Formats: sequence, structure tokens, C-alpha cells
Amino acid sequence: MIKLTINGLGVSVEEGTTILEAAKFLGIPIPTLCHKEGLSPYGACRLCVVEIGEGERARLVSSCTYPAEEGLKVRTASSRVLRARKMILELYLASCPQSKTIQDLAAAHNVRQQRFRQEFEDCIMCGLCVRMCKEQMMAGAIGFRGRGQDRSIGTPFDVKSEECRLCGGCMFICPACQLRCTYTEPEKAICGACANLSPPCIEKEQFDDMMCYMDPCVACEIKED
Amino acid sequence: MRKLTSIDEFVGFYDRLVTDRPVGVPTIVIPAGTCGQASGANDVIRVAKRELLSKELSDSIHLRITGCHGFCEMEPSILIEPRGTFYPKVKLKDMPRIIDAVSNDDVVEDLLWLDPETGKPVERQQDIPFFRQQVRTIISRSEKVDPIRIFNYIENGGYQGLASVLNRGNPGWVVEEVKASELRGRGGAGFPTGLKWEMLAAQRNGNGKFLVCNAHEGDPGAYMDRSVLEGNPHSIIEGMLIGSYATGATGGVVYVGDEYPLAIKHLIIALRQARELGLLGENILGTGFSFDINVVKGAGAFVCGEETALMRSVEGKMGEPRQRPPFPTEKGIEGKPTVINNVETWANIPVIMEIGAKKYKQIGTKGNSGTKIFSLVGKIKNTGLVEVPMGTTISEIVYEIGGGSIDKAAIKAVQTGGPSGGCIPASMFDLPIDYDSLTQAGSIMGSGGMVVMDEGTCMVDIAKYYMNFLKSESCGKCYTCRKGTQRMYEILEDITEGCGTLEHLDLLEELAHVVADTTMCGLGQTASNSVLSTLRYFHEEYTEHIIDKRCRAGLCKDLVGAPCQSR
Repeated sequence: MIKLTINGLGVSVEEGTTILEAAKFLGIPIPTLCHKEGLSPYGACRLCVVEIGEGERARLVSSCTYPAEEGLKVRTASSRVLRARKMILELYLASCPQSKTIQDLAAAHNVRQQRFRQEFEDCIMCGLCVRMCKEQMMAGAIGFRGRGQDRSIGTPFDVKSEECRLCGGCMFICPACQLRCTYTEPEKAICGACANLSPPCIEKEQFDDMMCYMDPCVACEIKED
Repeated sequence: MRKLTSIDEFVGFYDRLVTDRPVGVPTIVIPAGTCGQASGANDVIRVAKRELLSKELSDSIHLRITGCHGFCEMEPSILIEPRGTFYPKVKLKDMPRIIDAVSNDDVVEDLLWLDPETGKPVERQQDIPFFRQQVRTIISRSEKVDPIRIFNYIENGGYQGLASVLNRGNPGWVVEEVKASELRGRGGAGFPTGLKWEMLAAQRNGNGKFLVCNAHEGDPGAYMDRSVLEGNPHSIIEGMLIGSYATGATGGVVYVGDEYPLAIKHLIIALRQARELGLLGENILGTGFSFDINVVKGAGAFVCGEETALMRSVEGKMGEPRQRPPFPTEKGIEGKPTVINNVETWANIPVIMEIGAKKYKQIGTKGNSGTKIFSLVGKIKNTGLVEVPMGTTISEIVYEIGGGSIDKAAIKAVQTGGPSGGCIPASMFDLPIDYDSLTQAGSIMGSGGMVVMDEGTCMVDIAKYYMNFLKSESCGKCYTCRKGTQRMYEILEDITEGCGTLEHLDLLEELAHVVADTTMCGLGQTASNSVLSTLRYFHEEYTEHIIDKRCRAGLCKDLVGAPCQSR
């Protein structure tokens, strides 16, 4: 067992436990976007940063990927953490303002301004859909492509993947793409956006007995119009 | 080539090579690294060969093709041994005169390097200020060695370090020696190499351990690793062999970008020759010690120079950094313990074995031992590779070795450490170059790029340039790195286009700190350095852009009608 303290509270956890899990055990909330139980931790959204170490060596790490270490002193809500978290949320608001998840997080953290050039993006590249597809659906139909500003998620060569069973898991898990289903401009309201796959609800015939996870979803109604 | 089956055989082989070596025969040395070839060294070699053959001098004058000697500004150049005559910027039509002079043990006065201060020609290479001020423990070896001839390397004392280590038969001693030398990783972070090796040696893993040579050099304007790999690949192989013996590693990997075709070619030839001679592979020199090295070619993503991304790339996956811990020494390539060292670090190992840790430690300053190679580029007279002891001041490198500014404009700043580094203003040129001083000044040592800027350079533009590089080279995994670099670029673009406000500056600084704080790997953590250091030392240039809508270098086109009107 590894002993560490989080915000001054001592806790013993098993080896291999992450800081996020240890904090959850203590009931200390840490906001996350790219983390889901049952999927491997990835550390992309950076919202879950916490401060570890002391003095000169203090630094921020993502709690979802950092393993608990003996004697570690973690601060989940220091001023440095809060400042970083607010800036991260401001960045998210600047790029994905339509997402309900992001709006709620920003409101909860008292983010009242957005000082960057406004963008309307559909994907925050959290990689939840990629991990869902691979680890839970055992398909691996989609993945990351490119790097930096050209990074995107999709199937190889943008061809409809034979691995894809149209399970909709990618859409179910997406924290941002519901915004595309309920987009401000109705003509762009198509779901399945985060994966760039052919959205199941558009091909109504194939979609017959499948359950739509995007609730409420307006895509089908728009199609009928 | 016959395989050498024991250490004694190797020693005998070395003795034979040394005694067979002709003494006093003049040798024409032509550096033909990628930089030399680009400036026409191949033609010089061709003409030299033709001249030597047609004048039937091929027995009395030898020719040696080597890697880069460092003075890239003057290439194609020629060095005549043993006199040490140095001919810069050789023209093909001058070759016959040079060869005639060599055969008469004479010098062509009018082709020599001219000292810009005295206007007098300087004959010998070691008298030229560019070379005189350096301590060239690594690069000078490239002068002596034809990289595709292993005999050349051995007769110059190559693989002696390996032989002595194998003879001693005590891996722990090697680790202690490297630790005692206080060698720090030359890739940029400056982690003590001996400590890293000790961690790997302590790992008990029956499935094998890996050693990696990180030759993935992505910084714009930096090319010292390429030159070492091109000019002296055997020194890397020897360093890795010694490392493997010390740590018990079973497999070696050289990770090199595919944009270095000559380095890859020389390395592959060197590996083959070492294998044929029994210096690499199974049962090395009959001692029962086995180690082999593979070459893995990278596709050119900057981030793959980061060690965890590099490991994933070696595994054949997308180059994306991951969380450390677990550190590579615990869990590296394919989950096996791995040590990753830079090319220059590996090249230092045979030097340490040769001269001993005690003597090695005397080079440089306390806590920063040894020499470091910098690639000096930008607005500087003597562009090239510069090797100096740690602790040398920036002004020594820029003014004494580099020869100062290229034209009348005064030097304003030096950018060290590539895109992840920061700009150091001329007022701080007394700063000694070592890992700790540079970090304190808001920059990093990095792998050793050094870009000199004069008054014709706009610092906002420079920050924008590096941010542009980083926003396309970030792997994109961490949101703050991917989006943060894009947003910083956006703000810098606004400022250079005259749309900036003072609030932009606050936002830029705030964002820069958060990006540095919240990203996972070294790329993101240092991505803000160019912005933060220019904000710190050149704040007035930013405010000028914003308030006066003026760019003093006249580079930000949107702020000025024509450069002549901007002043």
C-alpha cells in the first residue's frame, strides 16, 4: 500500500492507483473531460491537473495519468491549479462554446470571460471515442491522424471502416459533439461528427433497431424535413 | 575482413595498423559532410582525385574524405596534414595549384584564410581564431577519420576504450567512472548520464534492456548530432558498446530522422564493418559479451525527439509522449528498461574511457563537465560548429569564435536551445553557458543550437516564427499545448499585424505560463520560452508594435509601408 496526502488528508491506496482515483476515494472532486472509468487514462484535456512537490520543485501534473507515489503531497485546488484550470476552460470556451459539458464546467469554475478569437469547433481531441472504439467495442475503427494543428480523428484514409459496426459508442461518449447535433446553424446539425463516420441516424434504414444515444437528437427530425 | 576473436588479437591488430601507417606523407583532408557536399566538396574531391592520378602523385600525397570539421562558412575547405595548412572556400580551378604546392611542401599564399582584423593570411588551421579558441575533443576526431573506414578509426585509438573496459571485466567500474566524470546528458535536460546508467544497471530484467541513441535532431538551425554521426559513427557505436557492457543492455537502437541520408549511410556502413571485425554482435572479441545495434528511421516529427514519444515511434506507433513515471529506465521500449542518450553524450563516452574521469572532469566547470558542441548560425560571420568547454561565456563564442556580426548592424540577442529555448539579450552575454545558468536566464541548453540575431531581427517576429513551428510540431495530445501554441501564435500575429492591444500582452503572458505548467512533455513545458524570454528582455519591442505601430527592424510588413519610411 502506498501512503500519500491529498489536500492534507492522508490516504493509502494500492500500487498503480492514479492520483485521480485516490482523490475520488477521498471524495475530493477533480474536473475531467477526457477521463472515463473503464477506458485507459490518456491525459489529453489537462483539466485534471493537480500540484505536486514542494517549493522550487512544485509542478502541475495530470492526476488521471500520474501514479500515486509514497509520501506524495498533492494539492488539488491551489491557486496555481485554479489559475491553470480557468485558463484551460477559457481555451475550451474559445473553441467549443456550444458544448453543454464545457459550458457547465466553465460556469462551475467561475469563468466569466473569453478573450481569444471565437471559434466553433466540434472536437476537442480528447480521444474518448478512439479509446471507446478500441478498448470497449474491440473495433479500433477510428484513430488520431496528423499532429499539432492538423490533428484529427477519423478512419484510415477517410474511407468508411469495415471495422465499424455503427455501434454509436463514439457518439455516446463524446463530451463535445452533442453540440453538433444541436448546432446553432441547423443545416450543420449532423451527429457522428467526432468520428467523421457516416452517422447512423442519417442512414435511417440501417439504423432501424439501434438505439440513439444522443438524446435529445435533432438530426433525424431535420432529415425528415 | 577477418573476425577478431580476442582482446589480444585486437591489440595486435591495432599495433600492426599503427606501424604500417606511413609517416610524414602529406595528406589532403577534405571535409565532406552534408554541409560540405552542399557547398561543393564532392566536386573538389573529384578534381583532387583526377589531379593526383594524372600527376602520378597518389603514392606521395594521400587523400582523406572526412565529415564536417566545423567551419561550415568556409566550405568547401581543405586541410593539409601534417603542416596544418587550411584553404577556405576552395575553387575547382585552384586545385592544381594547391596540389602542386603540397607536393613541394609549399603553401599557396593567396588562397589562405585572411584575418579580417589584420588583413594578413593565416596558414595553419590552429592559428585561425575560430579554431584556436575551441576545445575540440569530439569534432577534432572527425578530422582524423574517414567515417566509412573502420581501420582509420582504430588506428587513431578507436575501440581502445571498449578493449580496456572488456579487459578490466568490471561493469560496475564503468558506471562509477561515468558517474565520476559528471557527464550530463547532451540532449538538453542535462540529466547525469552515470546516474541514468546506474538505474538501468540496477534493473533486473531477464527479458532484456535497451540502449537508445537519440539522433533525432529537429531544431531549426541545429546540426551537431548530424555532423558527429556523419563524421565519426564508430565513436557512437563504441560509446553504446561500453554503455551496454556497463548496464547489461542487450539491444541497441539508433533512432535517426530520415532527413539525414548521409548519416544513415555512414552509420549502416560502420555497423556492418564493426560486425565483420567482431566488435559488434555475438561474443564480442571472444569475451562472451554480446550486443547489437539496429537503425530505426524516424519520419521527421519534431516531437519524436522526446524520449517517451521516441520509444513509441521505435515500437511502430504514433509518436506521442506519455506520462513519466514510469520512467524509461523502468519501463521503456516494449516495456523493457531503456536508457536514451543523445548522440553527443554517446560520443563523449569513449573520450572519458580514454582520458579517465578525473581528467575529463577538469574540462568545463564544476557540475558542468566536458565540452559542448554548438551550431552557431544566424547573423554571424563564422557560421559553423563550435565546441567549447562548459562555462564559456556567450560573448566568447559570439565575438571571439564567431567573429561578431555579419555586417554593420550590432548583435542584439542569441537564441539558444532551438524552438524550445529563449532569447538572451546582448547585455547578458557574460553569462557562462551551462545547464543551470541558461535555465535561470529563461532559456535552455537544448541540444545546442545557437541562433545569433542582430538589429535587423524583430523579436516579436522571432517569437512568432518559433510559435508557428511549435504549433505544427506539437503532437496535439495535450489540449494546452495544441491549442495554447495556436492561440499564442494568433496573438503574436495580431501584434505583428498592428491589431494588438496591451491586454493582449497580459493574456499572452498568462497563457504562456499555463502552457508551460500544464503540459505533459518537454515540448509543451518549454514551448513558451521564446515568448516569455522575449517578453522579459524585449518588452519595449512589443509595446512599440502595439502603441506606436512600429517595428524597429522593419520586418513586420503590415506595420510599415516601406522599410525606409518606418524609421
